Amino acid sequence: MPTTKATAGTAGESAAKPTIIGQLANPTRFLSLTEAVLPWLISLAAACLAVGVYLAFFVAPADYQQGDSVRIMFIHVPAAWLAMFCYSLMAVAALGTLVWRHPLADVAAKAAAPLGAAFTLLALFTGSVWGKPMWGTWWVWDARLTSVLVLFIMYLGLIALWRSFDDPGRAGRVAAILTLVGFINIPIIKFSVDWWNTLHQPASVVRLDGPTIHPTMLWPLLIMAVGFTLSFMALHFGAMRAEIFRRRVRTAQIMIAQQRAPAAASASAVTPVAESAVSGPR
Amino acid sequence: MTHLGFILAAYGATAAVFTALIIWVVRDTREQKRKLRQLEADGAVRRSAQVKR
Repeated sequence: MPTTKATAGTAGESAAKPTIIGQLANPTRFLSLTEAVLPWLISLAAACLAVGVYLAFFVAPADYQQGDSVRIMFIHVPAAWLAMFCYSLMAVAALGTLVWRHPLADVAAKAAAPLGAAFTLLALFTGSVWGKPMWGTWWVWDARLTSVLVLFIMYLGLIALWRSFDDPGRAGRVAAILTLVGFINIPIIKFSVDWWNTLHQPASVVRLDGPTIHPTMLWPLLIMAVGFTLSFMALHFGAMRAEIFRRRVRTAQIMIAQQRAPAAASASAVTPVAESAVSGPR
Repeated sequence: MTHLGFILAAYGATAAVFTALIIWVVRDTREQKRKLRQLEADGAVRRSAQVKR
């Protein structure tokens, strides 16, 4: 493999010095990097979640109106944040696929979709079991809940789209366009509670005038949010690794089929029976 | 503790979803690695791997 010193002679090559993102464009380098990072990420995520759950149950007080049901907030809010963060990440990856043609952008987007769907489902479910005792109903068609349901359906649609193409490159480009079109839903989710009269409460953490939650509840919430985010990162790196291996399997299957095709073709010139043997891998 | 059933349902579902995601990622990675090893044993070697050799 040529070293940097050996190729650093020309101005054109020195100008094309790879950035960190460029270096990660190499799937083999990405695999070795994530292999080293994942144990630390998993440990950190587990520690944050353990501390967060302890604070949520044993330090944070019960709400004066909602009672202990407020403890659902410590998982509902991080899940909802991640549902939107994951789609935003997919939109950036979609730009990476369409504009910069980064080899791992499509892998990142495809691996993120099931995780985004899972966190959106979690946000919907925990919101529902929090809404029943507080609102008196499991579900209401207000702007926030409906736009999050639309997000969940979009995740499912994208997963189905990726699976409907044999060629992952083509699937990636089509999914990237749809992902960018669907990104319009993210600001709608965020500002739905301001634009429309909703049963869902307005933002109480990310506000221009600062959080309206008491620190005894804010800190457990932030620690749980960090724990959820680190868990998402670990799961995303893991899912990306699986997707890289899946694409290598596909390439290897094509190579095996190509190796066998000429041999089978020459054999079929001798005996027509051999033709049926090659029809499988095509 | 008030609303215990609702709290347990929320935290239980979260634990179940996290567990399912971890199992999915681990099993998928193992499955793809196994298939790749099998194909490489059958003679499929990537160009980058050939260069290293």
